[in-house]
Amino acid sequence: MSEAVLTIRDLHQYFERGTINETHALQGINLTVTEGEFVTIIGGNGAGKSTLLNSIAGTLPVDTGQVVLEGKDITYDSVTTRARWIARVFQDPKMGTAQRLSVAENMALALKRGEHHSLFRIGTPRSSRPRFKEALKRLNLGLEERLDTEIGLLSGGQRQAITLLMATLQKPELLLLDEHTAALDPKTSATVLQLTQQLVQEEDLTALMITHNMQDAIKYGNRLWMLDHGRIVVDVAGDEKKHLTVPDLLELFNKASQEQMTDDELLLSSDN
Amino acid sequence: MDILLSSLSQGLIWSIMAIGVYLTFRILDIADMTAEGAFPLGAAFAASLIANHANPWLATLVGMFGGMLAGLISGLLYTRLKIPALLTGILTLTGLYSINLRIMGKANITLLGQQTVFSAFDQFSSNTQVIIVGSLIVVVIMVLLVLFFNTEMGLAARAVGDNPDMSAANGVHVANMQIVIYMISNGLIALAGALMAQSNGYADISMGVGTIVIALAAIIIGEVLVHNLSFGKRLITIIVGAVVYRLIIAFVLWLGVDPNDLRLFYAVLLTVLLALPLAQKLVRQGQRRRLNKQHIAELVRNSQEDKK
Repeated sequence: MSEAVLTIRDLHQYFERGTINETHALQGINLTVTEGEFVTIIGGNGAGKSTLLNSIAGTLPVDTGQVVLEGKDITYDSVTTRARWIARVFQDPKMGTAQRLSVAENMALALKRGEHHSLFRIGTPRSSRPRFKEALKRLNLGLEERLDTEIGLLSGGQRQAITLLMATLQKPELLLLDEHTAALDPKTSATVLQLTQQLVQEEDLTALMITHNMQDAIKYGNRLWMLDHGRIVVDVAGDEKKHLTVPDLLELFNKASQEQMTDDELLLSSDN
Repeated sequence: MDILLSSLSQGLIWSIMAIGVYLTFRILDIADMTAEGAFPLGAAFAASLIANHANPWLATLVGMFGGMLAGLISGLLYTRLKIPALLTGILTLTGLYSINLRIMGKANITLLGQQTVFSAFDQFSSNTQVIIVGSLIVVVIMVLLVLFFNTEMGLAARAVGDNPDMSAANGVHVANMQIVIYMISNGLIALAGALMAQSNGYADISMGVGTIVIALAAIIIGEVLVHNLSFGKRLITIIVGAVVYRLIIAFVLWLGVDPNDLRLFYAVLLTVLLALPLAQKLVRQGQRRRLNKQHIAELVRNSQEDKK
């Protein structure tokens, strides 16, 4: 049996709690992700996908519940502390890189993810450049010749590909991808998704990937969650996931959300 | 000639202050008002120690550390108490006014006849002394800063200024890096204050007024002269900017402007400099529109001729 990388117990998140605008964004998430799993996550706007990822990454403090990574309780650890184990690619290509720093400098920072930043070591040592070039070559974008280019001058697709590479320079225990291709044109998006698949397989990574595209959710990864109203309503893996089609998925979703609705009705009626 | 020398000497001291302001202004993207308190703080420490016959180098160093402490306080207010950057600076600057008065014991300390860091070269004129010592100090600062920003910590600090979220996601202690920049910045500004007091021969409680405006003007003159530069080269343009700015002021005084009106001039000049990019854009836009109009007119004419 492979080991649990991520365990979440009874996670709840509220926005504007105690006001008239209160939103119960996550309503008791329980999940376990084991080593080597590549989970794709779909769900409508406001389903809680990003809230879930933000809770895992630490950008959103947990209201109630517990987040455990490789046996360590990280519920109350900061983003900076969690960076030792978790790498992340954001939706906005601008978010994942420091735009006035060069490609090499960005990569050097990522290579040191979660480590101490010493005053007595060179930030971007010459010795690391061959490694960066090697890694960039895999993208087939000709970026290996542009190590000293300010990263802000590159296109969104190029930056996103580099961010992905940066996230894996130092192997993370968990890789979080928050709609990382949503801001790209269809062709670039496909390239970056291919690269994602390739990196996850080659480096044997455990990853969670949010996407808006059902096709992509089915095509990539080996497990799929569908979120609705702050709950995981569909969870398929293995062969079932492999043979999934979009109509199957819609059916699963309708079934699940209907069940949930009846649950709510029961609750309401028992209240009365 | 004398005006040139004195502008160069004052400009060099201002350039240290401008480099300090540059760190918060361009790296952290904060106009840190602490500068206006840190500058006289450095002067207050240095002048009162020198007036009590302390070693002038030691006195200057104490002034610089005082500035770093002021930076630490502003940095803590900003990062730990989450007070907006502009208010943070104003709080520290207001508090520092009382502290500076305490350090000096009175509003003005004269250093006439005292040994200063510039006295080592007393075979030269006073302006030349300041230029020699000032240049040495500026070179040392530039080398140290370039080295620092190429270390792992310096790289992390630059990343924080660019993209705090990305830096945190890569494990950088964002708040600590911001505090480090605040401290280096205000340390340099206080160092400039300590040197200015020794160069002028006195420290005055109000000598900090205008620090930010002067420093920003020097930075922007440097940036207008040369666009897009690496960090080390940018520092050189700031030094040039500070000297040029000092020359402009010498010129304005030579024209017969009342020194009491000088701060109004500082403000107006900085406003002009800040508005310059917009003005450039508008001029370029106007040119493009004119060309476009001609182009369209030509198209219309051609199509009318075709019809005929």
